[in-house]
Amino acid sequence: MILIGERINGMFTNVKEAIADRNKQVIQELAQKQTEAGASYLDVNVGTAASDQESAIQWLVETIQETCSTPLSLDSQKPAVIAAGLKAVNIENGVILNSTPLNKKSDEEVFDKYLEMAQQAGPKGSIIALTMDKNGVPQDIDTRVSIAAEIVSKATEKGFDTQRIFIDPIILPVKVPNAQVQPGNILSAIDQIKYLSDPAPHMTIGLSNLSQGATERSIINRIFLAMAISRGLDSAIVDVLDRDLMNAVATAEMLMNKQIYSDSFLKVYS
Amino acid sequence: MPLPEITDSFTGSVNRITLGATKENGGTRTNTVTIGGARNVVYGGSFEDASEKPVIAMDVLDTRPRDWPDALVQAYDDVMDSPGDWAKKCVEEFGAELICIKFDGIHPDKDDKDADHAVKVTEEVLKSVGVPLILWGSRNDEKDNQVMPKVSGAAKGEKCLIGTISEINYKSLTAIAMADGHYLISEAPIDINIAKQVNILASDMGFPLERIVTFQATGALGYGIEYAYSIQERQRLAALTGDKMMAMPAICDVGYESWRAKEAKLEDAPGWGSIADRGPMWEATTAVCLLQAGVDIIRMRHPRSVAVVKNFINKVWS
Repeated sequence: MILIGERINGMFTNVKEAIADRNKQVIQELAQKQTEAGASYLDVNVGTAASDQESAIQWLVETIQETCSTPLSLDSQKPAVIAAGLKAVNIENGVILNSTPLNKKSDEEVFDKYLEMAQQAGPKGSIIALTMDKNGVPQDIDTRVSIAAEIVSKATEKGFDTQRIFIDPIILPVKVPNAQVQPGNILSAIDQIKYLSDPAPHMTIGLSNLSQGATERSIINRIFLAMAISRGLDSAIVDVLDRDLMNAVATAEMLMNKQIYSDSFLKVYS
Repeated sequence: MPLPEITDSFTGSVNRITLGATKENGGTRTNTVTIGGARNVVYGGSFEDASEKPVIAMDVLDTRPRDWPDALVQAYDDVMDSPGDWAKKCVEEFGAELICIKFDGIHPDKDDKDADHAVKVTEEVLKSVGVPLILWGSRNDEKDNQVMPKVSGAAKGEKCLIGTISEINYKSLTAIAMADGHYLISEAPIDINIAKQVNILASDMGFPLERIVTFQATGALGYGIEYAYSIQERQRLAALTGDKMMAMPAICDVGYESWRAKEAKLEDAPGWGSIADRGPMWEATTAVCLLQAGVDIIRMRHPRSVAVVKNFINKVWS
């Protein structure tokens, strides 16, 4: 399971303040803790509050790389911010560009820009592509799958390896009115998207969004994650510091024969 | 019909480890041996993805074996009472890349030799050859726990491969191997779940996973080789798909297992061909088969089978 640690994000108050004060210690501790907890990548998101997002992401990247070599997931909807982050990234470690829709009303070419940056980042550069286009986030299964198909075919045309694509079918908060059908739709979409190519693209989700605003967030997140793993999800942006969640991942993967059983199977991510 | 191009690629790799310490690194070995590093299955992927060349470790016993068939005795009769000379012969005449001292003589049911004997044998072999050593206990847990820590101490700093630890007996050898700077062999009885568990147990004691070599138990041709092959393959695929608890290089004990087979040693079997050839053939066939499952170190006995297997390795890994 490719787990992307979500904690270095300007949405969290301590990270927001650390960025504003250029306080390295807070960021480096989060990087180390998430690495020790089993993160395969560390997400890096400056949030919306930073005054100069481009210099903020560069500072975050440099600060993290001073303390660990865990690959980074540069998280921004703005190509210029991603490009700025990439300048500071040690691409030997690998990098994910997180994330791009298929297209936007304001930028028809946004996907191509991300793809090109990922290609330039070398053989370990990947992208997360959202099943979303200029019409917004689809509510049904079929539109998600058809957008994913366009993503895969566009990437293939440009010679981009499908194993360097992470498709994110976009999970919506379950608490939003009428959204309770969405988790089931996401599972069906994962089922189908895995068959779009061979080898299949990776499937990822921004898990915490599912429980946004709900009570009992931790159990909602981990149960859904286990369900999605059983359908072929092989990556997720998560709170790797949530021990119960990590135990759920280890157990689901073991039950799906993705990890060899041992009596200490819960320890595989720590 | 055009052949489809099959290029499975993997995200993980097998740990690469270097056995033996030369003078510059605090030991007395004249050379080191590096194994592991595979990023694909044998014959799969590009040449750069292949492992380091697998190596042959030749067995030297601490006391003269009483149950070896004639074909083996003939090869070593003049040196079987002197482990140092025996090791020297294996290295100088037969090209052994590693020497595996097998401490059968300390087993209570065999010669029940003590720790002083085992230390003396270790020192003698360290003096007589410059290749890295494997130090392998008698498989009697109680006796091994008494003797192997002393053996480990006698070779301190030499970066030997020492074993074996198992699910029920791992603490004392793991601790001593860590203190003396050696590498560990983790053993499981052809059981992938236990194999992983032993690695986790050693790791929990603080022993680095990068210093472990796995021994899944071996079955010879006709005696369970398909189980041994499958388990080696499963371990390798787990390593290549990123399971760090299974990303170790592997060792097989081909010599002992092959020469237990009746086909290798039964003299009165006219339909089976020459007794002089059968044993070496049995051993070589078993080794070549397991090498294709990705095994990194092969323990062997007969010089003729060693020659055949070396030839195979040189052809495939070049």
